[in-house]
Amino acid sequence: MASQNRPLSPHLQIYKPQITSFLSITHRMTGLFLAFGAVLLASWVISATYGPEAFENAQSLLGSWFGKLILLGLTFSLYFHLANGIRHLGWDFGLGFDLTKVQATGIAVLIFAVVLTVLTWFAGYAIVGGY
Amino acid sequence: MVELSLPANSKYSEGKTHKAAEGATNVRNFKVYRYNPDSGDNPTVDTFEVDLDVCGPMVLDGLIHIKNEIDTTLTFRRSCREGVCGSCAFNIDGTNTLACIKSISDIDGDIKVFPLPHMPVIKDLVPDLNVPYAQYRSIEPWLQADTPAPNRERLQSPVERKKLDGLWECILCFCCQTSCPSYWWNGDRYLGPAVLLQAYRWIADSRDEATGKRLDELNDPFRLYRCHTIMNCTNTCPKNLNPGQAIGEIKSALLKRL
Repeated sequence: MASQNRPLSPHLQIYKPQITSFLSITHRMTGLFLAFGAVLLASWVISATYGPEAFENAQSLLGSWFGKLILLGLTFSLYFHLANGIRHLGWDFGLGFDLTKVQATGIAVLIFAVVLTVLTWFAGYAIVGGY
Repeated sequence: MVELSLPANSKYSEGKTHKAAEGATNVRNFKVYRYNPDSGDNPTVDTFEVDLDVCGPMVLDGLIHIKNEIDTTLTFRRSCREGVCGSCAFNIDGTNTLACIKSISDIDGDIKVFPLPHMPVIKDLVPDLNVPYAQYRSIEPWLQADTPAPNRERLQSPVERKKLDGLWECILCFCCQTSCPSYWWNGDRYLGPAVLLQAYRWIADSRDEATGKRLDELNDPFRLYRCHTIMNCTNTCPKNLNPGQAIGEIKSALLKRL
């Protein structure tokens, strides 16, 4: 008697990483992270209403190496989600579905996000200076 | 539902190794997923050393060589050996494609052959495709018209006919269907790229008069809108079709009739 307890064939375990699905899951994760970032930035602003001491605490928290890492991630997330969101808008209008275009715009989104993140941080340090 | 790891009965391990004959000089390793429903043991990945000097150039030739010369119990679907029947769809070297039109020489390292991803396995490389077939049936893939049949063919202009190019060529191999992470997680309710491309094939047909009904059926958060334009489907289609675009056209059609 053959077993009816059929195994599930491997999926994530064996599928080669694809630029298509990699960008898609990154879009989701950056979106989630930005939602968290919105709360974080709101808390930073709200901390000021509690007086100079509370604001100073929030500042030092965000200015710590860990805080900066989060902010760096948020900067990248913002630019990536923005650019890839425009890519999605294009698809919603029926544009950019050719495989070559899907790949080219995907790589462009990645480059855009990295370059803009670096530029933003350089500009931030140049204009405001470090905290 | 998203489940990143395999269930306990599906975890696979290294299996047997079948050595090539003495004196073989042009040997490549085929790593092939094996599951035997008679034993019910967990799946394994067996290694077959194949002498390419006595074997054809395609991955399917390698599998047939293994079945003929090394292990006759190896089970897989195949038929036309020229990319028109869609039977020999497997996950080869990490992406879904047809073994008959995939050259062994295009693959670096071991030739890994697995069944189409995230499907119940009947035996070895043979997945149970009943769910996608039932989904295909659910979109009623035949011409529907209320106007009485004319005495001759229902005519189409060349422009109308051209709208079917890139759709009619689909051979339902389900490479795209099983490359889609959204189909992996929601395959019980999301129709998937292959079935939606077929749905669009009838929506785009000027002779079909059931477009409104077809769009009504698709207008559902799961059946259609689990497509997040991931585009693994188009990336993997062995016939170079564009299921992602076809789904985009369905979404546009639904939007335009609002």
